[in-house]
Amino acid sequence: MISHRAWSERLVLIAPYAWLAVLFLAPFAIVIKISLSQSALALPPYTPVFDWRAGPDAWIAGVREFSFAAYASLAEDALYLDSYLSSLRLAATATVLTLLVAYPMAYAMARAPARWRPVLVTLAIAPFWTSFLIRVYAWIAILKDEGLLNHALIALGLIAEPLHVFGTDWAVQIGIVYSYLPFMLLPLYNAIARQDASLVEAAADLGAGPVAQFWKITFPLSLGGVLAGALLVFIPAVGEFVIPDLLGGSDTLMIGHTMWTEFFDNRDWPTASAATVVLLALLLPPLALYDRSRRRATEQPT
Amino acid sequence: MTRGRGFFRWSVLVAGFVFLYAPIALLVIYSFNASRLVTVWGGFSPRWYIALLDDRQMVDAAFISLRVAFVSALFATALGTCAAIALARLGSFRGRALFAAMVMAPLVMPEVIMGLSLLLLFVALDAPRGFWTIVLAHATMGMCFVAVVVRERLEGVDRSIEEAAMDLGASPAQALLRVTLPIAMPSILAGYVLAFTLSLDDFVIASFTSGPGSTTLPMRVYSQARLGVSPEINAISTVMIGFVAALLCVHALARASRRARD
Repeated sequence: MISHRAWSERLVLIAPYAWLAVLFLAPFAIVIKISLSQSALALPPYTPVFDWRAGPDAWIAGVREFSFAAYASLAEDALYLDSYLSSLRLAATATVLTLLVAYPMAYAMARAPARWRPVLVTLAIAPFWTSFLIRVYAWIAILKDEGLLNHALIALGLIAEPLHVFGTDWAVQIGIVYSYLPFMLLPLYNAIARQDASLVEAAADLGAGPVAQFWKITFPLSLGGVLAGALLVFIPAVGEFVIPDLLGGSDTLMIGHTMWTEFFDNRDWPTASAATVVLLALLLPPLALYDRSRRRATEQPT
Repeated sequence: MTRGRGFFRWSVLVAGFVFLYAPIALLVIYSFNASRLVTVWGGFSPRWYIALLDDRQMVDAAFISLRVAFVSALFATALGTCAAIALARLGSFRGRALFAAMVMAPLVMPEVIMGLSLLLLFVALDAPRGFWTIVLAHATMGMCFVAVVVRERLEGVDRSIEEAAMDLGASPAQALLRVTLPIAMPSILAGYVLAFTLSLDDFVIASFTSGPGSTTLPMRVYSQARLGVSPEINAISTVMIGFVAALLCVHALARASRRARD
């Protein structure tokens, strides 16, 4: 219990706790509050409905003035519904694609000679240290119609006409796979590398071929890593802004991008806030799942 | 183990790492392109780097980014280390599940959500937006990454040394400062470097929380990248990549020499 702790122990707990309460939790309350106000041509561009200093009577009056106009406009505007659906679809497809790229790599890393493994893990994490923006930007020059990929493919005689990838949903998916690959690689690698090698040997002794060894033992035992990696890619990808903005086309719809436009260009803060609340609500189930899988991994009884 | 499977594994690895590194390598190579056309090679030239030095706005933005990263990483490291000690050493306490979730959530939370909610907080508090609001935002994001790194280290170390110190008469505060912190120090330094580079690289959260006169380097790069690929952006990107790589090398060397000394 907290009251019996030394002051130093209280400090290490209370400092980060208070910080996160003010700068992580409280902002969500404010987002919810503003999503319930009406937009106005003012600065800040919404009518405040709630003044914390005004006292209980004014609070009740404020609650009466809560407006669901922003949520109504979300529901009426097909742009929003399409953005949510399209974000979920793009993020889900890209997550599957990332898994397909990452699994063979993680498997090869985990089965590489032991002295190579730290080098391979470092190589897999290193791109994470370079700017996300720059890594996405690098793909513009590759994917453009007159870009490096089309130059190379035409020079090799594989295609006659340039492929039109840049500015499509495909470019967005390539961008997500590329940017989030390290997040998928690490949990998969950990899940495969810590498996007991004798299990596969036992299966081989009992006559299982390589394919059966993989599907009956290695893969099922790595499912925890698959889930963790998929969530680490899917959750941030749903709200992605930079990738659809730089690689997508005018018909690419993603909710992070729609919110950004609503907020910065249309200056409709209540609608942007309502869109954020809905996005957060959509992401709560995967976030809870992530929290649970993380707790299972880190807080096992010792 | 048959030779065929070994070959398959190595080709998967080579293909995978080419995919991860080729785009960055191409960007670096084309930053030395003499031609303004970014996809046609026109010979080697450092001209875009010289042009960078004359770009006053870009240089200013770089200095703002470095200052934000330096200060925010200090906050992030202090808070993240506290959070890691709380999670790894304090056992159960009231609100632990909420605390653990808050420490972990920013790792996956879409940046637009964090950026928007922090901006609305600053507006509600009437805080003037600029250098310090970006610092607060980046410290919040960075502390979670620091907490993960430090916590991993602390959980890998036996608690009995700290318990022995307290049995020998050290107060909990002394045990914390003289035993726990030194044990965690390599991971605390690694956490600082991580928080520093995350702040230096961040674009989305900085865009929401910055104000007039505090445009960071990624924001400047983005506003030019939207106009299309240009060799100047390749050059500044290469500088940023080189800077972070140098930082990581210094960190790794310092670590190696410390280990050799011990």
